[in-house]
Amino acid sequence: MACFSAMAGFEGKRSMTRYSALSLLKNAFSHHEAWAPAWRKAEPRDSYDVVIIGGGGHGLATAYYLAKVHGITNVAVLERGPIGLGNTGRNTTIVRSNYLWDESAALYEKALSLWEGLSQDLNYNTMFSQRGVLNLAHNHGDVLEAQRRVHALRLNGIDSEYLSRDEVKAFCPIIDIRPDVRYPVWGGTLQRRGGSARHDAVAWGFARAASERGVDICERCEVQGIRREGGKVVGVETSKGYIKAGKVGIVTAGHSGVVAAMADIRLPVESHPLQALVSEPVKPIIDCVVMSNAVHVYVSQSDKGELVIGAGVDAYTSYAQRGSFHVIEHQMGALLELFPIFSRMRMLRQWGGIVDVTPDASPIIGKTPVDNLFINCGWGTGGFKATPGSGWVFAHTLATGQPHAINAPFALSRFETGKLIDEHGAAAVAH
Amino acid sequence: MKQPFRTAQGGRIDRSRPVFFTFNGRQYAGHAGDTLASALLANGVHLVGRSFKYHRPRGILSAGCEEPSALVQLEKGGLTEPNMRAPVVELYDDLAATSQNAWPSVEHDIGAVNGLLSKLFVAGFYYKTFMSPKSFWMKVYEPFIRRAAGLGKAPTEGDLDIYDKMHAHCDVLVVGGGPAGLAAARAAAASGARVILIDEQNELGGALLSADELIDGNPALDWVAGIQAELLANPEVRILTRTTVTGYYDHNYLIAAQRRTDHLPRRAAGKTARQRLWKIRAARVVLATGAHERPLVFADNDRPGVMLAAAARTYANRYGALVGKKVVVFTNNDSAYEAAFDLKIAGAAIPAIVDLRPEAGQGLLERARNLGIPVIAQGAIVGVKGTKRVAGALVMRLAEAGEAFADTQPAELECDAIAMSGGWSPAVHLFSQSQGKLRFDDAKACFVPDVAAQHQASVGACNGSFELGACLAEGLDAGAAAAEAAGFPATAKLVAPVAQSRAFGTIKQTWVVPSLRPVGHGKAKHFIDFQNDVTAADVALAHREGYKHVEHLKRYTTMGMATDQGKTSNVNALGYLSTMLGTSIPEIGTTTFRAPYTPVTFGTLAGRDVGHLADPERHTPIHAWHVARGALFEDVGQWKRAWYYPRPGETMEAAVSRECRAVRESVGVLDASTLGKIDVQGQDAVTFLNLLYTSAFSKLEIGKARYALLCKEDGMVMDDGIVARVGPSRFYLTTTTGGAAKVLDWMEDYLQTEWPHLKVYLTSITEQWTVAQVAGPKARAVLEKLTDTKLDKESFPFMAVKDATVAGLKARIFRVSFTGELSFEVAVPAHQGKQLWEAIFAAGDEFGITPFGTEAMHVLRAEKGFIIVGQETDATVTPQDLGMGGMVSRLKPDFVGKRAYTRADTARVDRKQLVGLLTDEPQTVLPEGAQLVEVSDDPALTKGGTSPLPAPVPMIGHVTSSYWSPTLGRSIALALVKGGSARHGQVIMAPLTTGAVRCTITGPVFYDAEGKRANG
Repeated sequence: MACFSAMAGFEGKRSMTRYSALSLLKNAFSHHEAWAPAWRKAEPRDSYDVVIIGGGGHGLATAYYLAKVHGITNVAVLERGPIGLGNTGRNTTIVRSNYLWDESAALYEKALSLWEGLSQDLNYNTMFSQRGVLNLAHNHGDVLEAQRRVHALRLNGIDSEYLSRDEVKAFCPIIDIRPDVRYPVWGGTLQRRGGSARHDAVAWGFARAASERGVDICERCEVQGIRREGGKVVGVETSKGYIKAGKVGIVTAGHSGVVAAMADIRLPVESHPLQALVSEPVKPIIDCVVMSNAVHVYVSQSDKGELVIGAGVDAYTSYAQRGSFHVIEHQMGALLELFPIFSRMRMLRQWGGIVDVTPDASPIIGKTPVDNLFINCGWGTGGFKATPGSGWVFAHTLATGQPHAINAPFALSRFETGKLIDEHGAAAVAH
Repeated sequence: MKQPFRTAQGGRIDRSRPVFFTFNGRQYAGHAGDTLASALLANGVHLVGRSFKYHRPRGILSAGCEEPSALVQLEKGGLTEPNMRAPVVELYDDLAATSQNAWPSVEHDIGAVNGLLSKLFVAGFYYKTFMSPKSFWMKVYEPFIRRAAGLGKAPTEGDLDIYDKMHAHCDVLVVGGGPAGLAAARAAAASGARVILIDEQNELGGALLSADELIDGNPALDWVAGIQAELLANPEVRILTRTTVTGYYDHNYLIAAQRRTDHLPRRAAGKTARQRLWKIRAARVVLATGAHERPLVFADNDRPGVMLAAAARTYANRYGALVGKKVVVFTNNDSAYEAAFDLKIAGAAIPAIVDLRPEAGQGLLERARNLGIPVIAQGAIVGVKGTKRVAGALVMRLAEAGEAFADTQPAELECDAIAMSGGWSPAVHLFSQSQGKLRFDDAKACFVPDVAAQHQASVGACNGSFELGACLAEGLDAGAAAAEAAGFPATAKLVAPVAQSRAFGTIKQTWVVPSLRPVGHGKAKHFIDFQNDVTAADVALAHREGYKHVEHLKRYTTMGMATDQGKTSNVNALGYLSTMLGTSIPEIGTTTFRAPYTPVTFGTLAGRDVGHLADPERHTPIHAWHVARGALFEDVGQWKRAWYYPRPGETMEAAVSRECRAVRESVGVLDASTLGKIDVQGQDAVTFLNLLYTSAFSKLEIGKARYALLCKEDGMVMDDGIVARVGPSRFYLTTTTGGAAKVLDWMEDYLQTEWPHLKVYLTSITEQWTVAQVAGPKARAVLEKLTDTKLDKESFPFMAVKDATVAGLKARIFRVSFTGELSFEVAVPAHQGKQLWEAIFAAGDEFGITPFGTEAMHVLRAEKGFIIVGQETDATVTPQDLGMGGMVSRLKPDFVGKRAYTRADTARVDRKQLVGLLTDEPQTVLPEGAQLVEVSDDPALTKGGTSPLPAPVPMIGHVTSSYWSPTLGRSIALALVKGGSARHGQVIMAPLTTGAVRCTITGPVFYDAEGKRANG
């Protein structure tokens, strides 16, 4: 097995007990004192076939699929802090694939199809729940855009349906559909296969499964430089010393620009704060995910009972993981427009993450001008839902040196050719 | 009604005023000045709720906002609120509260079966199971988890209350009205500074309200009253009580939530806004936010009747309510002794003070002896008797060192309550939110502020200064310093009052108290986070499984993520983690303190921006007229635009057809006032416009207009409109209705950041003009009745602009057309718009003049193949794609988007291009948004249905606009089709859910292709 060499650094005892109700029961008898670490706390070795910079969901997923699909296990994931605490641990956990353009639809649908078996595949319950994602339409332009999307999705083989106002009400009874509100609901689109997942579990599940296959997950190992020789990457300088690498993948979301700059690459990316918040937990009140572009808010309820609420990015660019308060105020006005019954609910916690936004709001996944250096970034506000798909295509790219057909359109070079995949989405009709 | 646990006298309650309330349907009496928690305690009610996961019976732990356990559902219907903390709910007449997370009742809760499975339901258990069979996750497991979780119930009715917001500025903001805060406010105010003093309680005094301390030899509350009177008399001071500062943002911007009517009987406050959001900008901030007492983590420390010692003292001293008749006190520091003494004096028996330390602070043993309270030194509570109420404490003495016991068997102390103290955690939340750095103080066993990041000082207990004298001195100094830094030097230094000093003493930090069996073994549970049911064993498990970073620990166990955000639990968890890691707490660090400090209602955050004020509704000056004519409206951006004007009994289709016919055959009028209008002036105006628009304006004559496109840097159409030159260096631009603000911002952005050297001034004049678009063959005849300006073709050609007098009003007339008919747009100052409008209708009466709305306008322009930005374009369409390549200058050296047109993909000839579509069946109107494919007899495409296709089918374009054309008597559509401009005459197919529709590609202009009508 390819993983033996990688496992060598690990001390003796069997690392992974398979998770199941039975193993849980068995461990209960030993007071849960026999559980092993979910993933090995690896110290980096001198050299790897592949080094992945960034231990968020996308980086960990990349490592996992490198090992699983391509049998490449001499892999390290280098993370500056502890894993999964960037955007993976800060998003609103929505998963959907109802994208307009063929290229995006294929990418996010790949991800969604992986989500559908992910818990079993990883043997870690990611709590992916296909509770349905409802996108509301509030005016003629929204309806036009919604219809267009539904038609396109159907032809792309992806589930999506248009709901009338009354069907919206039937699917999510607590939405205010009265016609005399400021922005009445005209209808909406529904992707029943969309839903939400437990974000932390995604990072930990990928970490555990990758680690089990021999990947070294090196936390508190900050990449400080990218060493090149003859236009080719040869390794990375880190806070724990120099590490030789056959190939290097940058998967650092909001800090992609900073890391790419270490290889003298200037990315067409802006980093913005994106805020989210949760309410205090309450008994089940909303089963699906509801999103509205026109009123601009989205909401779902976590399994714990908290309403998870998000909206748009802060206008200013920033690397600070916090945003401006007025964005929250505006977002709550929008929420109460759709759900007046939430007025007496309370905001429990508010936070921000840093999202990397490209000019066409689509990610960059593929080669860089530097040989053997690859990049996966620019997911903007939509990265979480793509996690497994992003990892899957990026693993292919790293393993073969070439993009997979799914991520080929998402090349960095498109900003030179103009072949953009503009997902700014519903441009409101402006007559 | 009897209140069996009410003290004989004392406290700040009004014993002459009974207040009746119900809890779980049963009526009780309390007094004015009670909280729900103190009233329940006075009535001997300890079982308040059930815990989140195990549904363990829970009582009241604290006397403040840090309460994790005593959460109730308050009121019903449109007034209900979940998860209210009983200790901060002020009692009011007819208050109705119920327990949460318990069914059928808090006494007998079925959910308690979870407790039996608690050996399985350990931290993170759900990550390890519920995966098989796969289909059970959504059908069985998750619904079970969701139902079991969630605490209280969300309201299901609209809110009956209103909320508002206030902005405030001050020189010094003091957060916290305890001794330190009062001293700070006093010192700052004395120097003349504008001071805002905010406290979350109903009255000032902070911890002094619960204590018996003396200041300057008098009761401390006399001192409080004196300061309060002094501050109230100062016009520069604003005091906000019942107000919580919840967020501390950059540049000393703080958010506070004020509860204005929550202490009053429901609906008694009339139209007073229930809660108010304060947005405060302060030159200097003094934080005096106090400290929270920590629980001790011992076996079954969550039983109802186990309470924080200071809380027990507060209930006795401030509210006259005893936590129990026999209270065992368990502590690792001196502060709980005061609680024991006060409880004893208030009438409770104290079977023992169990002190983890070998020795108590100076004088305490003597005072205990004098009061007849035994002290068990180096003792530990190793178990609690009783389930729904404490019935006894099991106590053992510890050996000199380590965790071994000196006794072999525990002694049982009979009691009905346990008051515990595990030390104090300064409330550093706001300090930390402000990006200040914390430091762990080993002697005091707590995090204290270290390096501030903003103009701010922490004083008193939140600074780790727990002694009253130090609080007062720090407060005075910080208040004076803050005022001075804000520009108000002190006139004379205030003398610090003399406080009766009680040493804080030493603390023995025992993060988990040893018990008979190791944590995680046996039945006992050692709770760290009470609300989320996180035990010491859970923290140990998380550590074992590698979730060792404090953020991982928090997320894996959910420790600190409950509604109290870990105010009582975080430090205990960190402490225990540190013992397992064998490192010190400072090396572990803290979790992030996230806003808000305590939860804030969504209503407060939204304020008045709800209902019809959710977004401003913009009306034109003609709006009332439209309403009177029965118009229906559509939202376009923030504007309400007249959509169509149905006559009684008329369908939308009939109305729109009638309006279209009127324009084509006689004359119609559209309210075009909503279009964005920008006044551009300055010597470089031409240069500026040449840089922005795709076409060139150098040769545009004064008095002439041009249709023009704005594109983004990627060459894609962003907006369109008219550019009219009204002077040598003055232009009048129009934008789309929805794009007006965006376009102005975008222009300003370029002007200020890219070309700051240009002398150009932009002004939005959208709302300064009312614009009536008079369109149709009779348009000229109508207007000629209202103006002396010659309107004939030679004097006033197409695309000319003239100042004129119309109906006696100073007007500007644009001869432009969006309908394809002869058309004049008449603009007058907004306040005269209605006058113009009525004059036009009077003049047009003889021609059957008809108002037409946006829907007819859409149809008319589609017949002419005119685009609507956002409908025919979607940020991926170039001017060339629209057949408007002629409007892209080849001569201008530069303009926004120019570079894009030479890029490989943008220059492709087979891009999606604007075409017309005619369905084979003229009666069939294609749905807008329909996708287009090559003709195929694949049944997956032809038979319709809503299911996704088995395999993706290549799409070649989509329908952007589609209407029934009354003029042509058939359907028409516009579409973007791959390589479409070279495919006129070819047949393609729209595979709809109702079956496929075949159609022929045509040019996009369906009517009057030569433009004779508009030009005539």
